[in-house]
Amino acid sequence: MIYFDNSATTKIDPAVLATYDQVAQNIWGNPSSLHKMGDRAYQLLTSSRKQIASLLGTKQNEIFFTSGGTESNNTAIKGTAIQKREFGKHIITSSVEHASVANAFNALENLGYRVTRLPVDKEGRVNVNDLRNALDTDTTLVSIMGVNNEIGTIQPIEAISDLLTNYPTIQFHVDNVQALGKNIWSRVFTPRVDLSSLSAHKFHAPRGIGILYKKEGKMLSPLHDGGGQEKGLRSGTENLPAIAAMAKAVRLLLTDEADKANREAAIKRKIVDYLQDKPGIKIFSPVSDDFTPHILCFALEGIRGETLVHTLEEHDIYTSTTSACASTKTDEASTLVSMHVDDKIATSAIRLSFDESNTIEEADEFIAVFDKIYQHFAKINHLGE
Amino acid sequence: MEYTEIMVRYGELSTKGKNRKDFIGKLAGNVTKVLRKFPQVEIHPRHDRMHIVLNGAPFTEIDQRLKKVFGIQTYSPTIKVEKTLEAIEETSLALMKETFKKGMTFKVNTKRSDHHFAYDTNELNALVGDYLFENMSDLKVEMKHPDLVLRIEVRQDAIYISNQLLHGAGGMPVGTGGRAVMMLSGGIDSPVASYLALKRGVDIEMVHFFSPPYTTEKALNKAKELTGILANYAGRINFIAVPFAEIQETIKEKVPEGYLMTVQRRFMLRLADEIRAKRNELAIFNGESVGQVASQTLESMMAINDVTTTPVVRPVATMDKTEIIRLAEDIGTFDLSIKPFEDCCTIFAPPRPKTKPKVDKAREYEARLDVDGLIERALAGIEVTAIYPDDKFLADKAEEDAALL
Repeated sequence: MIYFDNSATTKIDPAVLATYDQVAQNIWGNPSSLHKMGDRAYQLLTSSRKQIASLLGTKQNEIFFTSGGTESNNTAIKGTAIQKREFGKHIITSSVEHASVANAFNALENLGYRVTRLPVDKEGRVNVNDLRNALDTDTTLVSIMGVNNEIGTIQPIEAISDLLTNYPTIQFHVDNVQALGKNIWSRVFTPRVDLSSLSAHKFHAPRGIGILYKKEGKMLSPLHDGGGQEKGLRSGTENLPAIAAMAKAVRLLLTDEADKANREAAIKRKIVDYLQDKPGIKIFSPVSDDFTPHILCFALEGIRGETLVHTLEEHDIYTSTTSACASTKTDEASTLVSMHVDDKIATSAIRLSFDESNTIEEADEFIAVFDKIYQHFAKINHLGE
Repeated sequence: MEYTEIMVRYGELSTKGKNRKDFIGKLAGNVTKVLRKFPQVEIHPRHDRMHIVLNGAPFTEIDQRLKKVFGIQTYSPTIKVEKTLEAIEETSLALMKETFKKGMTFKVNTKRSDHHFAYDTNELNALVGDYLFENMSDLKVEMKHPDLVLRIEVRQDAIYISNQLLHGAGGMPVGTGGRAVMMLSGGIDSPVASYLALKRGVDIEMVHFFSPPYTTEKALNKAKELTGILANYAGRINFIAVPFAEIQETIKEKVPEGYLMTVQRRFMLRLADEIRAKRNELAIFNGESVGQVASQTLESMMAINDVTTTPVVRPVATMDKTEIIRLAEDIGTFDLSIKPFEDCCTIFAPPRPKTKPKVDKAREYEARLDVDGLIERALAGIEVTAIYPDDKFLADKAEEDAALL
């Protein structure tokens, strides 16, 4: 089995699951309870937060636990829009965001907010000048992803940060769900970033847990009101087993981060080398410093992405049509459409996404299998003739 | 740089004439206590200095502990070398390279008790100085107030070289000032008062009042953990926990609200004094600071102190809160002290305590209570725990659990 769909989700690490299991069975008090069972849970919650903060280079009081990437994005975006509505109702994002960002903006637009969606170039990247031109006195929020989930573009977060340094009241959110552990963190998590989202199941931890980074002093209106957990930003009894498991997973992820990222880059490079210049193949994720090493999106002209995914599946190779979240819908990949890729090509795109558990041998095997598939389809479609 | 021994210079005790032997003996005992984790270390107390021979024990860890032993004025990590000029030069250069920073001044200071050594002090100063100049750049000599003094001592057995003068904690060796009880609450002030008592050589035992179920076990453990921090300065401190709930409940029931606090404090002082007497101690220390709260006005002190003629020493009596806090931060008790657990001083605290209670009234209200019976039952319930440096009581499970992460 070759699993090349790590941007959709990752396999849980047995060591991380063991932590989940032990906490669930032994430290099940409510962190808010006054007695010593509660206190023990509270201590572990604090230790987890401390460890994550130290690994991400933030303060402890800037880490908030949520149910995952979608909630973190919604809280950052809607929370800012609501909190700052007195000061302006103009909010800015890109046209290539994950659905949990894009649809949060759509919802706010329906409520009367003015939304600017920045266009992207043919590599899926926003232009800082477009952002500069879009800013006005009503702007309260800019939300741009760190790494695109469909083709792996690294957005110019550093340049945007420089620009936004002159606009200190605008809250800057970066969806970093795809960006942690790829040795690019300092490029997508600059000191100017006010809000950032992470999802634990993208790095071998359980589903249903994630992180919202909120810079000290920045204000957000909570979406979940209740018992006041997470300093009132996210009420609800803390999911301690998942939080502890995630703290461990972050530590494991960031151990030897550069080595792991290099291995992923080698796998991507090998497959790109093979695909390069093949008639009918269009690569959207070039080998470049401006793309993450772990995502490779390409299209085989004339064959629908889902056909290719299922054909590979017959060989026990697991991939996605671009975003797994959108892949059950019939519409084509939104990032590719925003890049003005021809519809026929866009619907043919598939995404391979690697992680540190993949090997270069798997890349060889993939190439061998894919080559047979390619020859077959190339013949049918008269590619290269 | 691997140091082979530490030369310790005594503090105030040097001036104490005939008691010198006792002082040095106590200091040696205290140093032995704090270094008990390093069995290979040899401690040689001499009349003018103490030599600590490391035998491979790590200097940095020993340094951490030695810093907190009262009675030490200064100390120098030292390297013992064989009696040849080459050995002196080589080690001097290595030491200087490690500690010298651009812009510093230095001088060489040689002492010679072995007068048969081939070079005299002036010759050695010049030779070593020349050697350093040849092998290092940016050196500058300054005779009067150099930043670094390279000390070379030529003794019978070997030559000892050092170039750092580290400051000790000063004060007097714990135990030379007699023994006393310390009333430790868990707040900011009483740990600082404890530190100051220890600094004057007073060997203290902590008396802590706890009132379950009104106070939690965490409040008790917090006081114990504070004692663990202070034990760094004493080697070991006994912690005496006194149950106080029955007394507080009785007072609450029978004494008018304005005098609740005054009468409670009188009971605390009585209990502390009883414990002191039983344990043959000479004084009671506490963390009161004049005027800080209602119980610490001079009128309150008068009304409370009425129960005993034993000296009550208040080391922080005249310090500002900010001064106390600074000291608490320095000695490492502040962060723990501000953890918010209810202690027995805050429960049963009346909303408007008398700031100027009268002694007569306090006595009169107290007469309504079975004072002797209450005291006796409280004393019957005391628990004594020996606490050693950095003993932990609060984070029992937390550290173990953090290993899951």
